[in-house]
Amino acid sequence: MPTTTHEDHHDHKPQGFLNRWVFSTNHKDIGTLYLVFALLMFFIGGSMAMIIRAELFMPGMQLVQPEFFNQMTTVHALVMVFGAVMPAFVGFANWMIPLMIGAPDMALPRMNNWSFWILPFAFSMLVSTLFMDGGAPAGGWTLYPPLVLQTGSSFIFAMFAIHMLGISSIMGAINVIATILNMRAPGMTLLRMPLFVWTWLITAFLLIAVMPVLAGAVTMLITDRFFLTSFFNAAGGGDPVLFQHIFWFFGHPEVYIMILPAFGIISEIIPTFARKPLFGYTSMVYASASIAFLSFIVWAHHMFTVGMPLGGEIYFMLATMMISIPTGVKVFNWISTMWRGSMTFETPMLFALGFVVLFTIGGFSGLMLAIVPADFQYHDTYFVVAHFHYVLVTGSVFALMAGTYYWLPKWTGHMYNERLGKWHFWLSVVFVNLLFFPQHYLGLAGMPRRIPDYSPQFADFNMLSSIGGFAFGLTQFMFVYIVWKCVRGGETATSRVWEGARGLEWTVASPAPFHTFETPPDIDDSMVAHGDHL
Amino acid sequence: MQRYLPVADPKIDLRAEIKLANRRLLRILVLVSIGMFGFGFALWPLYTIFCEATGFGGRGVQEVAAEDLKQYQNQREITIRFDATVNSGLNWKFKPVQTSKTVKLGEISQTSYTAANLADQAVIGHAVFNVAPPEASLYFVKTECFCFTEQLLEEGERKEMPVTFYISPDLPDDIGNITLSYTFFENVPATLALNEKLATDKFNDLNTNTLTTNDT
Ligand code: HEM
Ligand SMILES: [Cu+2]
Repeated sequence: MPTTTHEDHHDHKPQGFLNRWVFSTNHKDIGTLYLVFALLMFFIGGSMAMIIRAELFMPGMQLVQPEFFNQMTTVHALVMVFGAVMPAFVGFANWMIPLMIGAPDMALPRMNNWSFWILPFAFSMLVSTLFMDGGAPAGGWTLYPPLVLQTGSSFIFAMFAIHMLGISSIMGAINVIATILNMRAPGMTLLRMPLFVWTWLITAFLLIAVMPVLAGAVTMLITDRFFLTSFFNAAGGGDPVLFQHIFWFFGHPEVYIMILPAFGIISEIIPTFARKPLFGYTSMVYASASIAFLSFIVWAHHMFTVGMPLGGEIYFMLATMMISIPTGVKVFNWISTMWRGSMTFETPMLFALGFVVLFTIGGFSGLMLAIVPADFQYHDTYFVVAHFHYVLVTGSVFALMAGTYYWLPKWTGHMYNERLGKWHFWLSVVFVNLLFFPQHYLGLAGMPRRIPDYSPQFADFNMLSSIGGFAFGLTQFMFVYIVWKCVRGGETATSRVWEGARGLEWTVASPAPFHTFETPPDIDDSMVAHGDHL
Repeated sequence: MQRYLPVADPKIDLRAEIKLANRRLLRILVLVSIGMFGFGFALWPLYTIFCEATGFGGRGVQEVAAEDLKQYQNQREITIRFDATVNSGLNWKFKPVQTSKTVKLGEISQTSYTAANLADQAVIGHAVFNVAPPEASLYFVKTECFCFTEQLLEEGERKEMPVTFYISPDLPDDIGNITLSYTFFENVPATLALNEKLATDKFNDLNTNTLTTNDT
């Protein structure tokens, strides 16, 4: 029958490993590459975290040299931020944005291939610095001079790796913007787009605005080190504090780059499992945009203690606190969406609920840090470490887990093992709190961050934290197992997968065929994603 | 923005049109990225302007020649503290002669610092200063300072170096005392060049001496 041959032809994948993966320009395959790469980086960065927690299990120096410990904290952070969280969200963007807006592919498929394939090279270079003379950079992921300029021969390799990551991110962002603005199916107006698409559009603009600024800062570090410029060198009339301003002008928007797509994922999942439209769709869009705008004018809350004019401290304190208003709007809307919904608690929903509760704890500790007089005590202590791990691990990473379970049946055509998924959630949520909650107390009691040894009064909380860390790390092997099993087989997934799911991605078969929306779909309101709109 | 539009005329090639729109957007966004790369560098002059306006980083301090000074009378008194640091790369001892001094606003005063070279060769150092609180630097006027020039200390040399300054009577009333702080850095290229020259001079001297001895 002609239809079958047509279908076959329609789903025609390139043959051979090289053609299929290395030369790929297909948004689904590139999405898969990004996700697999991010998962690998998650485990590489995670093993460094295990070394850190092992050394901190007891007071005293047991396992590693202090220099190596500092290399671990630095490279762990760089790998997790640039190698795990950011590429994972780009993977989601590649897979889902074209499916959600009814486009056949990303706007610039060849550039898409390029932006992915830069990453393995950049990270091989970054990780190889661990084996170089003088070791990897050890001055922290924030690369503050003059310390970072004292890195051994690996300095230039690490800086070059960061340049490459920046180029990759910028290309990815350009692709996302072009796809969303130019490739939407007829009828998919901006205010009908799923929130995941909206938050990614805003994130992409943030990326284009700040990744080049980081590249500028890195370039200035390179010229200071090799060409005797004095941008940050006090002896030559420069100022190391200037670096901190430039870095955090990038750095604060960067933390929103890592959380806005997470907001988007959560805003897809909660309505599905509450079986209600998203409460306050438009306010969600405006809240995301104002968070993005505010993120440009609060950077110096990371440097309250460098000695700023009093007016500056007060301004940055108040501006920072203002961010919690749009963030509060979001949390309020998620809760209102669930209010009187017919909720069920499948694994994606569990992770989403975990996100809402635990991310909010991270938001509260952020508010505490924003209080200038309090931050003089909290700065550079474990309280900061607790804060950003609540927003990044139980925030961004939980959203990534939630999104994976949510769309995995669409990607693979199989249902994952729900019972194991629930176990994965509950073990993760217990151990992640055991891991990070005690760090609040350690910080309040004055334990400094980035130090391999500590005084004995911190011993108990550190041991608890380390036990939580090892258990959380081990639990993540469950995730790999569940995903692997789901790729290999399992109960066949329907196209809609979840009873309450809405949006164009659920109108294509599971697994999503290699080519989708070659001709733009006819959109009617029942297919549009959750929104009480219009 | 270009989008899929349901068009009746199948001869219009939508794909080509979208491709064109994508290219256009790509060009614009690449330009924006390059612009933001430039903005990173623009933060350097912007930061300098900010520092000069607020006095941050000691950049409000003015240098005035001694003969241009005005006379002021009956001004309040204020305590100046003097602080000294040596960068870890420089093997010098560096101290203020007095750690604090009470002066009248508008009145010229002098203090001095001592530096001693502990290294086994001549070293050229360079002093960088700062003023706390930052806004006080806008009212700090120096007429003479060892930080205006590079300082050369021979091996084992010790030197006393004066600073002449006054505080403008416009100093806001809520500033009760001011700290003037110096950090000495080694000027590495200048020191290298100096010692190379010393070595070649010595070598040439030796040669000339031998020549003259041979001659006689
Ligand atoms: C209500 C929202 C938030 C507020 C008020 C806030 C406030 C702060 C403040 C004041 C600091 C500096 C603490 C110090 O170094 O003394 C900080 C650090 C940090 N925050 Fe947040 N934050 C918020 C949300 C987030 C989010 C959503 C993320 C990421 C997803 C994040 C990631 C970080 C990171 C990574 C650091 C530490 C950076 C470092 O020094 O290495 N924060 N936050
Ligand atoms: Cu921040």
